[in-house]
Parts: sequence; structure tokens; C-alpha cells
Amino acid sequence: MEKRITTPLNEEKVRNLKAGDNVLLSGYIYTARDAAHKRLVELLEQGGKLPFPIKDETIYYMGPTPAKIGHAIGSAGPTTSYRMDSYAPYLIRYGLRGMIGKGNRNSEVISAMKEYGAVYFGAIGGAGAKISKCIKSSEIICYEDLGAEAVRRLYVEDFPLVVIIDSNGGNYYEIGQREYLNSLNTD
Amino acid sequence: MKQINVSQITETVKKLCMDANYFLNEDIVDRFKKAKEEESFGMAKNIIDILMENADIAREEKMPICQDTGMAVVFVEIGQDVHITGGSIEDAINEGVREGYEEGFLRKSVVADPINRVNTKDNTPAIIYYNIVPGEDIKITVAPKGFGSENMSKIKMLKPSDGAAGVKKFVIDSVKEAGPNPCPPIIVGVGIGGTFEKAAFLAKKALIRPIDVENTNPYYADLEKELLEEINRLGIGPQGFGGRTTALSVNIETFPTHIAGLPVAVNISCHATRHAEACL
Repeated sequence: MEKRITTPLNEEKVRNLKAGDNVLLSGYIYTARDAAHKRLVELLEQGGKLPFPIKDETIYYMGPTPAKIGHAIGSAGPTTSYRMDSYAPYLIRYGLRGMIGKGNRNSEVISAMKEYGAVYFGAIGGAGAKISKCIKSSEIICYEDLGAEAVRRLYVEDFPLVVIIDSNGGNYYEIGQREYLNSLNTD
Repeated sequence: MKQINVSQITETVKKLCMDANYFLNEDIVDRFKKAKEEESFGMAKNIIDILMENADIAREEKMPICQDTGMAVVFVEIGQDVHITGGSIEDAINEGVREGYEEGFLRKSVVADPINRVNTKDNTPAIIYYNIVPGEDIKITVAPKGFGSENMSKIKMLKPSDGAAGVKKFVIDSVKEAGPNPCPPIIVGVGIGGTFEKAAFLAKKALIRPIDVENTNPYYADLEKELLEEINRLGIGPQGFGGRTTALSVNIETFPTHIAGLPVAVNISCHATRHAEACL
């Protein structure tokens, strides 16, 4: 059963999500990956103001291919999240509620998620052409010089996601793999 | 002597960049179908379906299978009786990449310097490997390589005494450590022997061999099967959500090595192990 969730998120929405939940996400989300995260965190460290309000927002770790004419965006699947691990706790402290990516996170990120109430969603890595269909609009809001790594504001409709790590630290990679291995033992 | 103008090389590279990124090769599509039948776990079957549907959309709409359209790795086999005319082959290949990535709506993912990172905005330079072979043809293979999986790759200088068991352990440990990060199901390219850099090159080369073609040496063909079986017992599964299908194939390439060494490289690639070939 899928849960329909809209952005912006809040603590209550996030605390209700459990690892393994299938979610259809709708609303505005922001893209940022390696180079943009570096700039955002440097700004915060220097006491600057972020180029977009981050409280209760969701960041998608993604750099798309260029949009063909008549399309909102090109292929748009997730990039591997651990590269953002050194930056994510700062952003969570400043109110970031949701992250979308793929792959493992480190213990600092998970601690921050538990403390402040944030969720880590997985999008299907390698399904960028299919995912592009649920992205209805895309505009660059800053760091245009970074090309594919610029920060974009996307409007998504029913973006299919799985809760990989919930705000209690529940981890779907561990749960799913255990379930599979147990299913073999019971055969 | 056969003459080939560099403009033909540019045109070919340009087309191959686009084809490789839009069209998932048939050997991989076939293996997906087989993997789905062998998979007992519901979630894993769903993921395989999604990835096959994604490949269909990419093929029909000429859209990249994955947004990481890679760094362009280009293998060039040059017949020793060919005369290349009209300019530099290196420039011609890079021009092909530049045009292919621009006109094909592919992502520009290359930075000019590894520390002071500024995007070159045209996905050049390509990584180019030349090989001089008998004959009067030029064979070009373009293999765009994504970095989600490239980052999970490893190399190790084993001792001769580590033997086959050491090689197996290193390959399995590398896949285990990669876990969900490289978008499983993966294809595992393994290079054994040679020198430090030769092993890495062999691992890359292994990835452009179709996955329905096994190593010509029966010993290594068996090792490929054995490693694949063992990897698919880890339980990582598609996306790391659990399941049998952690890898679609293990491809091994080998080379003679030194009496003191046993280099092993593991080049991990996602299902979008892209390569397109043409002969001039």
C-alpha cells in the first residue's frame, strides 16, 4: 500500500514514516549534489543565508540530462548519497526534512535524522528515464555555472519512493535483505 | 593503403555515444528476463520490471537509460595498414564526444581538474585506449562509464600464495562492501594478472564483453560462474532491497604476470553497462 505524501514535509509527517514504506511524493523538491552541497554548507559556515529556504524541504540528490524540447527534464534518477554525508547533518540541523537518493548513509547522518526528525527516501537507481515522467517542471534557482549540478526546483507528481532510513534509524536495506535471506531458510 | 578521414571517426564516435546511452544491449535485456524467472522475492521482481520498463522508455524515446551518461571510455583498434588523414585522431574522437553529448542531450559530467573542479561543459576529454592490430580497419567501441558504480571499484596486489581463494575473497568482499551503492543488479568486471595498471585495464575491458559470452579459458569460465553464484547468495538483491539478483554477470579477463605478484582489479558496473561498437 502506498502512502501519498506532499511537500513541504513536517516533523509529524516524517515521524509517521517507517523504513520500507512505499511513498508517492508530490509537490516541490530541490536538487543538489556534490558541488552544490559544498557551496551550501560553506555558506552556512560563514553565517550566510541559503539561496532557498530549507526548513521542512526535501533535497533530491540528482543531476539530470538536458531536457529535450517539450520535456520538463531529461533522465533524472538518483545519485549515490554517501558523497553528501559530510554535508547532510548541517542541512538537517537547519531544518532539512527529506533526502532522496540511493545507497548507504553514515552514522552521523542517521544520528542527525533521529535527533531532528528527517527521512531518507530511495528512488530507483538506474530508472532515470522512467522517473522523468513524474517531474512536471524544473527551474534552476542557483549555481547555474555548475551545469548538471546546479540547484533546481522541481515539481513532482506521485514520485515513487521507498523509505530507506526512517527517523528512528530503521533501515530498509537491512530489513529487506534479512527478509529475503529468511525466505530462503523457510522454504 | 586504406585511408580513413578523421571526419568519419568523429561521426562514428558521435553516433556511438548516443546509441550506447539510449539502447540497453540485448544480452542484458535477455539476462534480466532470465533473472526475473529465477527470482523468488517479490520486491526484487518489481525492481527488475521497473528497470526493464525504463530501458523500453529510453529506447522508444531516445532518452538516456540513466542520467549519469558517464565519462566516455573509447577503445580504438587500429589496423596497422590504415592511413588516418585530415588531422589528429585524438581531436577527432574528442570532437565526436563533444557533438554526441551536445546533440544527444547527454549529461556533461567531466571536470577539468580532479581537485579544482570546473565542468568542461562538453564531456571531454574522453578516456582513450589505442591498440594497434593487423589489418586495415579501425574498430571503435564507446563505453560511457557511470561513476556510481565506478566509485565502488577496487584494486589489490595479492600475493601468489593467495591464489584462487584470495581472488574470490577480494571480488566477493568488494561486491559486499559496495552493497546498494552501485545500483545492483551489477556486472562485475575482474582483471587478474599483468601489472598494477594492466589489471585495472583488464577489469574495464571485461565490462565490454557481452555477458552472454564467457571467458574462452574453461578454468576462468568456471570461475566466472562460481563467483556469480556466490555473489547471488549474498542477498543484497536489486537496489539492495533484498533478493537473489545482486549481479547479472561476472566477466574475467587475465594476463600473464610477474613471479612475485597476483594483481586483481574489480571494476563494478550497474545494469547500464553501455558499449556500442562500429568498424570503419
